[in-house]
Amino acid sequence: MSEFLIKNGHVFDVVSGVKGDKKDIAIKDGKIVDKVSSKAKTIDATGKTVMAGALDIHAHVAGPKVNLGRWFRPEDKWFRGEMRGGIRKQASRMEQGFSIPSVFRTGYSYARMGYTFVMEAAMPPLYARHVHEEIHDTPIIDEAALPVFGNNWFVMEYLKEKDIEKTAAYTSWLMKMTKGYGIKVVNPGGTEAWGWGLNCLGINDEVPYFDITPADITKGLIETNEFLGLPHSVHIHPNSLGDPGNSPVTLDTMKLASGYKAKNKFGREQVLHMTHLQFHSYGGSGWGDFCSASRDIMDYVNKHPEITFDTGNVTLDETTTMTADGPFEHHLCALNHLKWCNVDVELETGSGVVPFIYSPNVFPCAVQWAVGLELALLAKDPMRTMITTDHPNAGPFTRYPRVFKWLMYKKTRDEQMAAFKNSGKVADATILNELDREITLYELSQMTRAAPAKALGLGSMCGGLAVGMNAEVAIYNIDPAKMPTNPDDIETIFSNAAYLFKDGEIVVQDGQIVSEPAKKTFWVDAKTPESKQVTRDVREKFLRYYTVTQANYEVPDSYAPHPYVIETTANV
Amino acid sequence: MKNIPELYLEGDMITPDQFAGKKKDEIAELRVYEGRETYKLGDYFDVSGDAGETAADTRILVTGDCSKVKYIGMNMTAGEVVVESSCDMYTGGWMKGGKLIVKGNVDSFSGLGMEGGEFVVEGDGGNFIGASYRGDWRGMQGGVLRVKGNVGSDIGTFMNGGTLIVEGDADVHIGTHQEGGTIIIKGNANRRIGGQMVKGTIYVYGKINYMMPGFKYTQDVELEVDGDKAVFAEYIGDLGERHSKSKGQYVYGKIYQKK
Repeated sequence: MSEFLIKNGHVFDVVSGVKGDKKDIAIKDGKIVDKVSSKAKTIDATGKTVMAGALDIHAHVAGPKVNLGRWFRPEDKWFRGEMRGGIRKQASRMEQGFSIPSVFRTGYSYARMGYTFVMEAAMPPLYARHVHEEIHDTPIIDEAALPVFGNNWFVMEYLKEKDIEKTAAYTSWLMKMTKGYGIKVVNPGGTEAWGWGLNCLGINDEVPYFDITPADITKGLIETNEFLGLPHSVHIHPNSLGDPGNSPVTLDTMKLASGYKAKNKFGREQVLHMTHLQFHSYGGSGWGDFCSASRDIMDYVNKHPEITFDTGNVTLDETTTMTADGPFEHHLCALNHLKWCNVDVELETGSGVVPFIYSPNVFPCAVQWAVGLELALLAKDPMRTMITTDHPNAGPFTRYPRVFKWLMYKKTRDEQMAAFKNSGKVADATILNELDREITLYELSQMTRAAPAKALGLGSMCGGLAVGMNAEVAIYNIDPAKMPTNPDDIETIFSNAAYLFKDGEIVVQDGQIVSEPAKKTFWVDAKTPESKQVTRDVREKFLRYYTVTQANYEVPDSYAPHPYVIETTANV
Repeated sequence: MKNIPELYLEGDMITPDQFAGKKKDEIAELRVYEGRETYKLGDYFDVSGDAGETAADTRILVTGDCSKVKYIGMNMTAGEVVVESSCDMYTGGWMKGGKLIVKGNVDSFSGLGMEGGEFVVEGDGGNFIGASYRGDWRGMQGGVLRVKGNVGSDIGTFMNGGTLIVEGDADVHIGTHQEGGTIIIKGNANRRIGGQMVKGTIYVYGKINYMMPGFKYTQDVELEVDGDKAVFAEYIGDLGERHSKSKGQYVYGKIYQKK
């Protein structure tokens, strides 16, 4: 197979411990190697930055609610491409859509930015096939998907009995049926309560008819996760997303993780991943006195190594919200009066889709924008800090380079703060103006490569450039010795990789897709002793409640023709 | 027009903005789409004369049968376009300024999302005239769209501003989700007028086949509309929809029916 030698680039890699020094990277047979033969093709990376392919730990890119967003927002595609009113044609398939790109645009756009792995944030088990169909059709990037467990009837019933072994047997079974990667929890208990038009706003609110609280669900799933020894930790979207004054609920949620230790053979150290933390870091009591609580949140996160988080940065765009937090989406529709789709209530979860415009003229949107950046700037450990926009909820993932720009150049933050319509009020409600920190290229490589790879238990193969790791290498046109004086160049640079290698093959060159090799679907086969009771309970529930037969529930292998299966054995 | 297309021609380059600063040979080189293929404007039209330096200085006269040409005048900001035949769909879509006159009919979705300028249709209009793009909540924002003939259904959906005048009759679903702006129907209107209307005004001079139950009669008023003075019955609504308050009073959408 092909040999490449990337010469003379400035390498930023946590795993091999290089912080911008010039180092040659050798690639052979899809892996990083020590050296290559004289037949290797040389890539001259002089004056350029070399990092591993990036990982996105949380984005909504594949599945029924994503596709629902595409269906019910034809206007998201209009005027968003050079031809025929909204299409881009550069690679083999046409691309369309802005906040909910088509699967083709999703794969190509991530690749052009130098990303090689994306985690689909929430997979409804009954529709897992749809998620895998879209994952398979997404070009180039490797993907995995997190099935949702936090409102699952089996989980709630077993955790009420405090039976971790049965919860683990069910979890292992469900991950196998859905080809899932880990345990996702969305608005624990609240989305089940939404089936009755209710919600759970605090971690001790009881779920109707199940007599369990979000706290018990979360703790039980953390114990289950460590019992199974999964590569990733529990990945949680806490209760009260988006509500002014929700930071105490967020702190309560994080406190549930204390006392637990990560038990896995993948190098993962956290027991709880807090996702899109921006939406959960608010003070105030209403929209009038809405303010940032990022300091309280980050004081806790900084002192607690068992917690990792991703930011969920607001990008000040017209975008689309979509989440398994069904009650929240109804609430959002009542707020902005835009079209609302409420679906998946009949599944083991729920979801809603509502367009949203984060306008710089609207005070709460400006505060939200500041909060997301504050969280990253206050973070003491970049290895526990990851950059996302909860795509597309806080903004499209194609805006990541813009987020990098804001984090790397204080003056761009100052300019935006001054440009807000209510700039004085925004300054009073946030602390962004006080934060001088500018993220370095090395810290960027931590937050977008090494940290997500480690948190996902993929640290030995992805997110780094050490010998033996996958040859996923991104080269950018940025010279660390001559950082751009125009910060907008950061957006161009990180949107158009000079090169992207995927599995040792060049897939992007000069920001253009040049090759589309098969991508892999990652999933986890968590082996645990069978529980005959669980097997019987599953069969009974299928007979009583499910609209499909149990035989038709499992996602067949044909839906993931290029699987990468990670096996674990339970810590019995 | 010298070459009627077999499929439909996408004529979104036929605007003062696209022609501005170009000589006739350059204009003939502008791209058009027929089906999935890309061609040149000169393959379908004989071009004579040069454009002005700017859009505002440019006047385009389109002759021949354009009834299979879509998107003429789309996104134009200034200048003038006169088409001497009927046009296909999306004529004058997202028009921002200038003057567009069609001496024939226009097909559906014409005047979509209009922001400014003056658009006159001397014949009939299809459905969704002056409406919002499919799925969008931002309809007509400004400008004046006048259809001298009849129009089909779903006109002025999600209208937010501007004026839409129909001198003939209009079919169902007038001003659905309207949040501002003015619709005037000088002929008869069918039914389902002002569905989910939040704000804005609809005048109907002729018959209304059925006034929706979400509208309540309040009073008779004498008003001057498009140069005519008359007495109208005022209805407020849509009472099933949200309404904001101004100075302590609710602000409703209004339907005025000429008595």
